[in-house]
Amino acid sequence: MYYRESGYYKTDYKSDMSLYPLPISRFAAFSLLVLFFLAAPVVMNEYYLTLLSLVAIATVGALGLNILLGYAGQLSIGHAAFMSVGAYTAANLATKFDLPFLITLPAGGLMAAAIGIVVGVPSLRIKGVYLAIATLAAQFIIEWIINHSPEISGGAQASIEVPRPTLLGEKLESPVELYYFLLIVAVIAVIATQNLIRSRIGRAFVAIRDQDIAAEIIGISVFKYKLYAFAISSFYAGVTGVLYTYYLGIASYEQFQLGVSIDYLAMVIIGGLGSILGSVFGAFFISLLPIAIRLFMESVGSIFVEPDVLAQSISQLRQILFGVLIIVFLIVEPDGLNRLWINIRNYFRVWPFSH
Amino acid sequence: MAFAIELFGQGVANGLMYSLVALGFVLIYKATDAINFAQGEFVMIAGIVISALASAAYEFPLWLALFAGLIFMVVFNIALERVVLRPLIGRPIVAIIMATIGLAFILRGIGPMVFGAAPRGLKLPIEDFPIIIGPFFFTPIQLLGAGISIIFLVIFGWFFLKTRKGIAMRAVADSHQVSGAMGINVERYFALAWVMAGIVAMLGGVLWGSASGVDTQLALVGLKVFPVVILGGLDSIIGVIVGGIIIGVAEALAAGFIDPYVGGGTKDFTPYVLMIIMLMIRPYGLLGRKLIERI
Repeated sequence: MYYRESGYYKTDYKSDMSLYPLPISRFAAFSLLVLFFLAAPVVMNEYYLTLLSLVAIATVGALGLNILLGYAGQLSIGHAAFMSVGAYTAANLATKFDLPFLITLPAGGLMAAAIGIVVGVPSLRIKGVYLAIATLAAQFIIEWIINHSPEISGGAQASIEVPRPTLLGEKLESPVELYYFLLIVAVIAVIATQNLIRSRIGRAFVAIRDQDIAAEIIGISVFKYKLYAFAISSFYAGVTGVLYTYYLGIASYEQFQLGVSIDYLAMVIIGGLGSILGSVFGAFFISLLPIAIRLFMESVGSIFVEPDVLAQSISQLRQILFGVLIIVFLIVEPDGLNRLWINIRNYFRVWPFSH
Repeated sequence: MAFAIELFGQGVANGLMYSLVALGFVLIYKATDAINFAQGEFVMIAGIVISALASAAYEFPLWLALFAGLIFMVVFNIALERVVLRPLIGRPIVAIIMATIGLAFILRGIGPMVFGAAPRGLKLPIEDFPIIIGPFFFTPIQLLGAGISIIFLVIFGWFFLKTRKGIAMRAVADSHQVSGAMGINVERYFALAWVMAGIVAMLGGVLWGSASGVDTQLALVGLKVFPVVILGGLDSIIGVIVGGIIIGVAEALAAGFIDPYVGGGTKDFTPYVLMIIMLMIRPYGLLGRKLIERI
């Protein structure tokens, strides 16, 4: 059962265009689904399921940022701001108009996409550094507007409690139900992204990333596709925000500050730019990193330092480790965890021979 | 009206201190084309090191603490350039931005971890009473800060325009390859740029630290850097002064006149609105070099 391309012949268009052309990758995708849908809820306790739910939410957001940064090549430091747009849209719709979850979810995404287009408009004129700084400004301005308009943010605390999501008349209350729901959304997001990337739009994104002038010359409307990239990425971000809001039961701007944008950037970079699998890896890695550090420090660190010192040094250590990991990945493995995975796979592809 | 004039004076003084922090950013961008998102953290770590050394725990005399802080920043930035930035030369801009963001995280973690997270004061040997000049009203630290800022901006402006090293640095910024072919040691000038940014950050740390206390919040001054440099132009030293004063004044006026109506917070918000407007009209800033690339 090694990863090999040889020996599989595509005899019709359908198999040529299938999402997973090789039997081994179909098998891998299928077994991952079985693992996460059937095995995980049985084997894991509720705590670990909530962690996996967080990873599922982060996957959606990381995919969105990877479309923008990894495929279209547009840097954004304001990803969390779009999440907050989605979150507050959904929270307001849910509390003021009593709309069900299945409407507020896309509504939040669409609202974020609309704001994303507005932020994306300058991207035709500016790029690189300037775009990074412009999106940073968008992060602050959106955050400030939400925080200072009580109509949006629901009063002094700038937070709105949302009811539990209901799906098909069923209230999703237990962690297991929420987990299933979030997992389904994440799987849909992954498959949608895979299809997006091999469509005309996805190819246009890649062309713009690689050489925008050349892309314009071969007839791609750079402005249009840059706006598409911002809209799609913001849509994902908005959906992430909605999911996160329902997951926590509260929409609060504190969940979507600059640090979160940087977390998502780190996910995309550590996972691998321009790679869907990388986004998933990155989401796992960055979401579970603080928990791994805490577990490690609580078990090992208590031997060396006092417990009360330990408690505060965990957050500092997390920051340090986080920064070190970003830098190490950038220098040593710029293509991220995805590249490591491909290297492992390629090693076994010809195993036991070296060529 | 007197209130507006008063705010204007405060804004100019604060703005010049922003200029000093932004100067570090511009020095690096000018010479190496790298964007430093950790400038605020440089200021913070310099402030933390100096205030910790001068505090009761180590009891360094102030001059020695300042000197040690200077040495620390120089050594730190040389090491930084060698270990982190040099392998990233020639890589896409996002790589350098993310590396400096990672660096910012590291500094924010290490500072409190080594020297303690509690806020500290940084007492300079100057009086506390306010100084009144005409209609304006300053604290001594503001005047000192504005003075030091102007002095250093002039020194660096002169350095870039007149000295051999400064001209070499501008050549490096213009094209790494051509300047290398002309016999300029490009990597040495990269290191020099980071060292200069470290020195400026140390001054910023001392001034901002004694104006507003030293803890991790000091790093937030770095967020004012971007509006300042975009307004003035990313690669212009005079632009840093202009941008700093505009941002300082706008911030002071917004805090004085708009805050009462919207309930606060415009101080952090106004600079970014100005910056967005500037990005829309003149992305290269008031005094920046105009690079035209059209599609």
